[in-house]
Amino acid sequence: MTGASERELGPGRLVIEPPRRGPDPAVTPNLHRAAGNWATHRADARRRVEWEQWRERARDIRSDAVRNLPELLEMLEARVIAAGGQVHHARNAEQACADVVRICRDAGATRAVKGKSMTGEEIGLGPALALAGIDAVETDLGEYIVQAIGDRPSHIVAPAVHLSAAQVADLFTRESGRRFDPDDTAALVEYARGVLRARFLAADVGITGINLAVAETGTLAIVESEGNIRLTTSLPRVHIAVMGIEKVIRDWSGAAHLLQMLPLAAHGTPAAASTSFITGPARDGDDGPEEVHLVLLDGGRSAIRGTPFEEALHCIRCGACLYACPVYRQVGGHGYGSTYSGPIGAVITPLLARDGDAAELRGSSLPGLSTLCGACVEACPVKIPLDDQLVMLRHLTHQRDPARAEAALFAAWARLWSRPASYRATAATAGRALRPLWSALARDGWQRRAPFPFSGWTEGRDARAPDPEPFHLRWRRVRGGG
Amino acid sequence: MPARRVQLFVTCLVDLLYPAVGERTVALLERLGCEVGFPGSQTCCGQPALSSGYPDEALKVADRFLDAFADTEGPIVAPFGSCVHMVRHHYPRLYDGERAAIAARLAARTYELPSFIVGELGRQTVGGRYPGPGLTAVAYHHECHMRYGLGVTDAPMSLLRGVTGCRIVEPARGELCCGFGGTFSLKLGEISVAMADEKLDTALEAGAQAIVSTDVGCLMHLEGRARRRGLQLRVHHLVDLLEPDGAL
Repeated sequence: MTGASERELGPGRLVIEPPRRGPDPAVTPNLHRAAGNWATHRADARRRVEWEQWRERARDIRSDAVRNLPELLEMLEARVIAAGGQVHHARNAEQACADVVRICRDAGATRAVKGKSMTGEEIGLGPALALAGIDAVETDLGEYIVQAIGDRPSHIVAPAVHLSAAQVADLFTRESGRRFDPDDTAALVEYARGVLRARFLAADVGITGINLAVAETGTLAIVESEGNIRLTTSLPRVHIAVMGIEKVIRDWSGAAHLLQMLPLAAHGTPAAASTSFITGPARDGDDGPEEVHLVLLDGGRSAIRGTPFEEALHCIRCGACLYACPVYRQVGGHGYGSTYSGPIGAVITPLLARDGDAAELRGSSLPGLSTLCGACVEACPVKIPLDDQLVMLRHLTHQRDPARAEAALFAAWARLWSRPASYRATAATAGRALRPLWSALARDGWQRRAPFPFSGWTEGRDARAPDPEPFHLRWRRVRGGG
Repeated sequence: MPARRVQLFVTCLVDLLYPAVGERTVALLERLGCEVGFPGSQTCCGQPALSSGYPDEALKVADRFLDAFADTEGPIVAPFGSCVHMVRHHYPRLYDGERAAIAARLAARTYELPSFIVGELGRQTVGGRYPGPGLTAVAYHHECHMRYGLGVTDAPMSLLRGVTGCRIVEPARGELCCGFGGTFSLKLGEISVAMADEKLDTALEAGAQAIVSTDVGCLMHLEGRARRRGLQLRVHHLVDLLEPDGAL
């Protein structure tokens, strides 16, 4: 496989490693349980609403946003500033991290609390803050666990989905010296709450992502289920929100729809447990931060607009395509080796990694990590044609490396099978001329070993031997002609 | 009533590996009053190349489909949903200009066997018998390109319900892909096999004695794995069950 051989950690880099080539038995039981729950909830969700019409509307809202991005970003910026907030433009991950660090330093901050943010993961914000000497703790329970273990999130919405309760109990036991019972989830949550509460009170800065930004009022919307976002955005003196530029939408009508669609797609519930709407810093006498900063990250997004991949920017990061994906189910989020995993990760990672440089498509073996079954497309609340995009990306990533053996194989195949005579000749060769070779291996028309390029098949499966009399010969024998 | 003219698009995997499926498809269509033509210059739809990221090579092979069927008459019927998805979904996007118009006309004429029988011939069932004593428990595996790509699930189930000698069982998580995925099955064999195992295990847990589908790719993947594991699980194409005398 090409392109994905670098591991690049630290500020300003998408994490890209070669994806797994096999299933990960350490995580599959946890994933299968979570995906099963998701499937049940999704079935409920589809009974609650006119799902197909809701998807159409969600897609229209997102496509309006992406198509009119410059206009909406300008509107958003003006309204955020009018509400007393400050806006920072980051062309790439390095600049976004530098912006956040600078804002922290200007505020004299040494301690930060963080809300769960995939954009933060994307830009390597955690390592960047650590490097700058800012003590930042994750406050989403799943992220807290992942951070404490020194791990990375493995799902867009459920970062610790690959871990079991027993692993969490072990971690908390090690951390606290108290014994935790994996079945007593209430005690686990209570412990984390206690640890985190002290951190909230001590923090100078709260750093979050956002779920969407409403251009018409300059309002940032963040959904959550734990209450940590509310604390992160209201207790510290300074709130910094980092958003990918594509997350802006035009108006509140769209926001109202997407804020229902997101939890429906993610969990099958029509509303998040809690949603924070932030329009600038606290007004006189109100509770809340003195400063609100919005960091607008491009990070390769602008370069996707106007290409056949534009719809990938419609993603609202619900994680539904991950749970629906039969490959994610086997390898888990870490199996992709990239910040964003699952079908959407396999699409946007190579697109974002080129960071505006169309000549470069790194992370290029990721589009292969799919059977193209289409379950992701069916699950997607904004109808991104992920399967078609994966097919197109497979082509683009191959184009980067025309010397590979596979290309030669397909070229030869196309020459042979684009002419009926040579197609039939290959059939005759496979079915009859090689028969003596295969009959030694075959039983009932099945064999335990197959020649290149099919040898990979027989590592785990018997192979069906080509029939000595293919259909086209049978037809000719019985009906003549042809 | 004059016989309805249809063209058989046999598909390369059926042609080369499962020719009996092609023969049974012809026999069934004729039993239902169709006059079946077989354009002899057809080869493959080109999907293996397209899915692997080689659209130019796919087009060279897809051209043969266009040439083979463009001047024929009547619906084009295939016993393999995935290849129909290639023609219906991908051809109109792959081509441009004059060829795109031809591709679009062919796409509109191309059906997988169950939808053609139920939707076009108006037959909810066509009989058929699963041979052997008692009722064999069968699990139907919806091929993904038919379920998700073409949105077809009812037609094959309708035909399966008309088969005597079997009862239908519903394995858990039946909507999951079996892991075939064309060249995926060769490139990422371990993941592919793990997916087959989940499919086979859930079928066995549901009490299935046989798995039935319309995708011979899924079938050879599942049967190949079942054989390697020594499982007591038979695998059939749907058309195998639709023979009037249980000739399986």
